[in-house]
Amino acid sequence: MPSISLRRRRPAAGYAVIALGLLTVGTAYAAITSAAAASASAPGITSQNQLAEGRAIFLQECATCHGLYAQGTPGVAPSLIGVGSAAVDFQVSTGRMPAREPAAEMPRKPVQLTTRQIHALAAYIASLGGGPAIPTAGQVSIAGANPGLGQQLFVTDCAQCHNFVGAGGALTYGKYAPALTASTPTQIYEAMLTGPEAMPVFNNTTITPQQKRDIIAYIVETRQEPNPGGFSLGRVGPVTEGLVAFLGLLLFMVFAALWITAKHGKAHE
Amino acid sequence: MSTRSALGGVGGYLDDRFRGAKGIRSFFRKIFPDHWSFLLGEIALYSFIILLLTGTFLTLWFKPSMTEVVYHGSYVKLDGVRMSEAYASTLNISFDVRGGLLMRQIHHWAADLFVAAIMAHMLRIFFTGAYRKPREINWLIGIVLFTLSLFEGLFGYSLPDDLLSGAGLRITQGVLQSIPIVGTYLSFFLFGGQYPGNDIIPRLYILHVLVIPGLFMALIGAHLFIMFHQKHTQMPGKGRTDANVVGAPMYPYFMAKTGAFFLFTFAALALAATFAQINPIWLYGPYNPIAISAGSQPDFYMGFLEGSLRIMPAWQWVVAGHTFALNVFIPAFVPLGIVMTGAALWPFLEQWITGDRREHHVNDRPRNAPTRTALGMAMVSFYGVLWAEGSNDVIADHFDIALYTVTEIARVAVFVVPILTYIITKRICLGLQRKDRHLLEHGVETGIIRQLPTGEFIEETRPVSEEMRAKLVLPAPPPALPGGGHAPDEDVPPPKMRGGMGRVRARLNKIVTEQVPAGTHGNGHGAEGDGAPARAAIGAGPHGAGQAEAGDSPQHGTPSA
Amino acid sequence: MSDSPAGHGPGDIDENGRPAGDGPAGDGEAPGAPRRLIGTPPPAKAHALLAGEPPGRPPAARELPADPPDPAKAKRAERVVAACFLIAMLAGIAFIACYVIFTGSTLTDVQHSNLALGLSMALTFLGLAVGATIWVRRIMPPVELTEQRKPMRSADEDRAAFAETFDEGAQASQFVKRPLLRRTLIAASIPAAIAPVMLLRDLGPLPGTSLDHTVWRRGLRLLAYGANTPIRPGDFSSPGGMITVVPDGYQDDFNALAKAACIIIKFAPGQIVYTSQPHPVPGHVVENWTVDNIVCYSKICTHVGCPAALYEQTTHHILCPCHQSTFDAARGAEVIFGPATRPLPQLPMTVDSQGYLVARSDFTEPVGPSFWERS
Repeated sequence: MPSISLRRRRPAAGYAVIALGLLTVGTAYAAITSAAAASASAPGITSQNQLAEGRAIFLQECATCHGLYAQGTPGVAPSLIGVGSAAVDFQVSTGRMPAREPAAEMPRKPVQLTTRQIHALAAYIASLGGGPAIPTAGQVSIAGANPGLGQQLFVTDCAQCHNFVGAGGALTYGKYAPALTASTPTQIYEAMLTGPEAMPVFNNTTITPQQKRDIIAYIVETRQEPNPGGFSLGRVGPVTEGLVAFLGLLLFMVFAALWITAKHGKAHE
Repeated sequence: MSTRSALGGVGGYLDDRFRGAKGIRSFFRKIFPDHWSFLLGEIALYSFIILLLTGTFLTLWFKPSMTEVVYHGSYVKLDGVRMSEAYASTLNISFDVRGGLLMRQIHHWAADLFVAAIMAHMLRIFFTGAYRKPREINWLIGIVLFTLSLFEGLFGYSLPDDLLSGAGLRITQGVLQSIPIVGTYLSFFLFGGQYPGNDIIPRLYILHVLVIPGLFMALIGAHLFIMFHQKHTQMPGKGRTDANVVGAPMYPYFMAKTGAFFLFTFAALALAATFAQINPIWLYGPYNPIAISAGSQPDFYMGFLEGSLRIMPAWQWVVAGHTFALNVFIPAFVPLGIVMTGAALWPFLEQWITGDRREHHVNDRPRNAPTRTALGMAMVSFYGVLWAEGSNDVIADHFDIALYTVTEIARVAVFVVPILTYIITKRICLGLQRKDRHLLEHGVETGIIRQLPTGEFIEETRPVSEEMRAKLVLPAPPPALPGGGHAPDEDVPPPKMRGGMGRVRARLNKIVTEQVPAGTHGNGHGAEGDGAPARAAIGAGPHGAGQAEAGDSPQHGTPSA
Repeated sequence: MSDSPAGHGPGDIDENGRPAGDGPAGDGEAPGAPRRLIGTPPPAKAHALLAGEPPGRPPAARELPADPPDPAKAKRAERVVAACFLIAMLAGIAFIACYVIFTGSTLTDVQHSNLALGLSMALTFLGLAVGATIWVRRIMPPVELTEQRKPMRSADEDRAAFAETFDEGAQASQFVKRPLLRRTLIAASIPAAIAPVMLLRDLGPLPGTSLDHTVWRRGLRLLAYGANTPIRPGDFSSPGGMITVVPDGYQDDFNALAKAACIIIKFAPGQIVYTSQPHPVPGHVVENWTVDNIVCYSKICTHVGCPAALYEQTTHHILCPCHQSTFDAARGAEVIFGPATRPLPQLPMTVDSQGYLVARSDFTEPVGPSFWERS
């Protein structure tokens, strides 16, 4: 795997920094490695117990790559200061983190922590430098959302990577846009907000929370809707259709031709 | 069975007016040879008929209009979305017309099958040499039909005005615009101005439902008439020569078989349309020139053009204030040109190289024309590499290969793979020929081991059956080129063969007519002598003179074996 | 039909141009013998020869056997075929019934309707196809006939007669003898052939310089597409952000958007490679065309015009999904891979008095794919 692709999420963290106006980390965020920042208090702290638990999990699961103070390791893992709880929840609840090994793209895999642990870890990371918070159930509810507008936004700003039905697609140097088949509304929301890995950030002023719900509604409705025309063939467009045309249709017809023209009965002579 | 029953009533009434009894009787007794591969063209024919039937159904509801409407139909997810009438009416056909989705899907599957069958049919014709005299003109008609089918497919694919087809149209426009000197004008004339304009869907519609199908019907008519008039070719076999055709009569055998095959085609398409969803335009959404999806692909038959666009390095000349968009123009036109022009010229080139002016009605087995087969396979592999590259993103995504790596591999493979394919195919063909030759000369191994009085052990063989022998013998080679061909340095070449072209021709002749020489095993030379006359060509020219390989075997021998 | 499959009419000639008799050819050349080889001989000549043969025609021998060789097998096959046809009939009835039963327009309704109609339709055709195939293979008596071919070339005397007739006609028409008629006819047909082509002239306007411009002009606001709201640099403040923007007032005009659509990308400080030159330099972003580390590029790929918008915020690559042209957004959208030859044009940008992003001018070069008139 090319090491060039190991740099991830630094700009995402930068977003959070700016959004919260933490000027101390501010625009020079990318260079920050000081432990002082790690101790800066952040809003939204729940309880000291939770923070302690989160810290313990961090040291056990994350610190190897991200550093004892979440300052990151250049070329290996980004700093987590200011990435916010939303980024932590996205990465850990999709199983991407803790990672097994460095890769061009962290694959989705079974979740390794409990929800309670994830929230503790997220709270701990948020306490280091703030950042976007995990959305509430109401923020990601698709009730009353407009999937039609969602479709329009999705094909303009999402489908170029994730494909028109969210089946995913290839990016450069072994990276890929993952399929959205298993993503929960919360995870989709968090991804837009934090821009994990190569994904651009779509903050709440460029795509408003309402529009994010429209997009989520479109994704969820699309993947739930039945395929009226039969099997979906993966919903990846004409490539599989071409395969079916040759391996299914044409082959079927060749077998029919073989049967029709096979020598039959005791022929002549 | 009496005249009264056949020509009583309506039959008699019609014959009183058209004098058809004699003509139709010979039509009834027309002989059609049987071979599965002869039905590949029929798949295309029947797909075409099904395309006409289902297409007519679709036109009853489809609105070829780019007028913008706000959708409030049954597909609630897109409620309130702005779209063209063409897209809205396609949604309407899919969801509000009963059986509409089925017809749409049959239509699209039939289009895929149509082109796939044409390709398979053309390959069959090529590899068996069925394009040879007197069928060169029909081969050319076939190539025109194939080209038309690509356009017909592309235009039909564009009509629903969905996001995917719009991307295809966008690329078509970009390609058109890349043509030197006239490109911009062609694009403006086709689209009625700048892309996308408001005219393209209605214009493509009339091309798709009237102009091209009209051409299709005329050319398919000519194609079939010529086939009928010249009588079908046959595969080599006992009693089959260039002077006869062996098979079952039109009535009732061929009629029943071809009728059943039509029904099979319809059944296969109906099954596909029932179980495999194709072109779900509701998922793609309406066209919007600023939106695009990952994995945007054309239908498979345009895939090789897509691949050739993807593979091309960024070359461009700007000369005297004008842009030569080589990065678009070359990949869009050169591979297609190589495949189509090459296919169109090949029969004439082959005739020139071999000097073979005979009529051929018995097909070659591909192994017996190693150079042709190797060239064909090289072309297939060239097409295949471009085709695969056309879905390089899907390959990269599904097989975990870096995207650029796929393209870089393809850039090399597009040159290397055809050459390798040529060499390997030719070796395989010659190897198979050698095996056939061995069988002919030594017979089939029986597995019975016998000890000779001298103490030597031999395996008993038995001669191949007549049917088998008829298949295995090499067809009579074409007459050698005067002074060239097989033994160019034996005597002084005649004036015609002395110039540069003559030498090229002699050298090509040597390559194209390469065969496993007879009698390499010291005996059984008669095998070829027996086989040659059975396949003796009819028609033009003195033949057999100076044939190095046929030796002294007479062209007019008896076909007994 | 022009060719008689019987191949033994009195007027027929074989491939060597010799008249062919009804009997075996004299030279004993079996392949060329214009004789029909008869297939399986019928077991019994139960039927009389065809009555009413045209006078003068020798009575033809029966060529097709009347009955299959094994009647018992044929009987069994008959039952199978009848069963197939019955299935086809039932499926046909089912199709009609399904058409009436399955109504409704929800996706699930359509799914059920498609399945029911398609299955019954396929079964109808499949039943008929299988039945017909078994019929022809198992019930019709097997037969193989041989029909002689004649060379495609007409007989010499026919060719000579044709040439004569053609010449006679040509002379009678006086076409050859009267050059005045011939030349004026040709002269008249040339404009008649050109005129229909002229009629196509109004298919579209001439390009002129229309491809050089887009609707962007000084002061036109950038709207975030979808929401159609103007953008302040402060709203678009997350490095790594990307959004599609369109010119204010044209958000619903596809013909304008097909050229004017843009993406804006927000960078972290220090990531952009700048040039101060007013004209784009390959590999550099024009500095005074950016606002607060926001860059605006045309969304229309310079290859063949697909919307190029796969933006990877980690590598700053913009990838076009159609043919994978890749542009480096931090370096003036320079091409780093793929078939595109030119960078994506950069839209000169500034902020207006209310702090919204606006265009400084139109693009300074044509957007979209190359064309002949572009320099």
